[in-house]
Amino acid sequence: MAQDVLVFVESRGGQIKRPSLEALSEGRRVAAALGSHLVALLAGSGTETKVSQLFPLGPDRILLADDDLLGLYQPEAYASLLAEAVRRIQSGTVLLSATSLGRDLGPRAAAKLDAGLAADCTHVEVTNGELVVKRPVYSGKALATVRFSGSPVFVTLRPNVFPLRSSEETSPEIERLELNFDPARARVRAVRVEESVGAEQDVSEASIVVSGGRAMKGPENFALIRDLAQALGGAMGASRAAVDAGWIDHQYQVGQTGKVVSPNLYIACGISGAIQHLAGMSSSKVIVAINKDPEAPVFKLADYGIVGDLYEILPKLTEEVRKLKGQS
Amino acid sequence: MRIAVCIKQVPDTETKVRIAADGRSLDETGVTFVVSPYDEIAVEEGLRIKEKRGGEVVAFSVGDERVSTSLRTVLALGADRAVHLKDPAFENSDALGLSRILAAALKPEAFDLILFGKQAVGTDRGQLGPRVAELLDLPHVGVVVRLALEGDRFTAHREVEGAQEVMEGGLPVVLTAQKGLNEPRYASLKGILAAKKKEIKVLTIAELGLNPSMVGSAGARTRWEKLELPPARTAGKILKGMDPGEAARELVRLLREEAKVI
Repeated sequence: MAQDVLVFVESRGGQIKRPSLEALSEGRRVAAALGSHLVALLAGSGTETKVSQLFPLGPDRILLADDDLLGLYQPEAYASLLAEAVRRIQSGTVLLSATSLGRDLGPRAAAKLDAGLAADCTHVEVTNGELVVKRPVYSGKALATVRFSGSPVFVTLRPNVFPLRSSEETSPEIERLELNFDPARARVRAVRVEESVGAEQDVSEASIVVSGGRAMKGPENFALIRDLAQALGGAMGASRAAVDAGWIDHQYQVGQTGKVVSPNLYIACGISGAIQHLAGMSSSKVIVAINKDPEAPVFKLADYGIVGDLYEILPKLTEEVRKLKGQS
Repeated sequence: MRIAVCIKQVPDTETKVRIAADGRSLDETGVTFVVSPYDEIAVEEGLRIKEKRGGEVVAFSVGDERVSTSLRTVLALGADRAVHLKDPAFENSDALGLSRILAAALKPEAFDLILFGKQAVGTDRGQLGPRVAELLDLPHVGVVVRLALEGDRFTAHREVEGAQEVMEGGLPVVLTAQKGLNEPRYASLKGILAAKKKEIKVLTIAELGLNPSMVGSAGARTRWEKLELPPARTAGKILKGMDPGEAARELVRLLREEAKVI
């Protein structure tokens, strides 16, 4: 039997993060292909009551780390916990979601174990008993196939890419994993979390994204983008031109020096389609472009488009969506 | 304050990617190489802290001869000196190998602050900050958008999904810079002239005391087997010359009935 597959399951405010469930679901598939067991490490504070949420995804075993010190992200405590779990079960493959926590924790834990890591992967295969992954590089302008040597191997998985597949519900063995980390030794401490965008979704987590570009002309017009995003239950994004002009904060920026997103639906409004922006959104499942200029490069990769004035079209579009969803 | 900034030379973000004949790397013909944009933010932060508190900013980079132009750029911005980690044995190092090389070079200098960009544009790995911190047994904070130093304590705001985590700690520390932390400066003519006289020290594998099996292709735990262009997208249905209300209705219908995404 091959070495076990370990999936790190992240929680925030006691809630399990959906991207971690995606990673667990992919872990089930990988473990089956490797002929090995699937182990979930559920870490956080107040996670014990949430553990049954993992059962439908089919883990054979769950390591439960429930500690106040894990309530907020502490890089050293988390890395020490994950490395301890890998050693305990002698895991050969470690999967994490490529969330902001996963992308920070993965490399630190991998360094503890002299392990290789492939970040932000969008495909995972097992070929002849070996893991082979694909990851977007040059911000999605190319796709690299990565092979590993040594054990364990770490892989972080891009959120929103891997489907949630229900497995046969298991009754996994649950084992507590104590955090062997002295809080006095924590040299960096998370002291609080400041919600920076209120109740809005982050552009990297949303399954629908509506973005505005240069044609928004100023900060006030982003209300049109926000209205449509809200009607669709999605998040608001922006091009670099809009961010550099100071109309909207950089956390909304999609593209090579912003966030790379792969939502189910991406609506680009008044964005001509500079290569840097296209790189950040071209792996979206469905792309819609709204632009006055029929020659705008964004139309070359859009699945649907409207040539026209976004100031006329967006309010109508929001109205139609609200009608459809019974919001008006 | 003794400040180190680790930079990487990368293809300019405007680069149109073509695949090289080996099928697993970038065709570098005609590509312009620049300091990775997030590393520029790290450099700027280092310079601002030095300007306020005095001390020294030292730039580090791993790579072949071409990398010296990027180190010269950072010297022109105001770094005091640079260390170029250059050896044929370093070629094809993965993140593990690069972190070993950098850690070996950084360790003897005992910096108060080690800065990285949050990731290099291109390989988009984002691993070196946390890895180097672990190898040097230092704490780290990744993806920093705000930083305040007071004495030997710091408060850093780290960007996460829809929020910021506020982290506190003491120096020494490794930080990785995210857009928003500052607005990087341009080099002045005076800076460019001054940079010509500044030192770029070259360190090889022997001088770093590393074993060849730990770095380069030999030490790599990950390797690119293939590089390909993503599947091309083709233009779909474009609605032209329609009344805005009519176009909006038709688009919603298509998204609902054909694409099934809303």
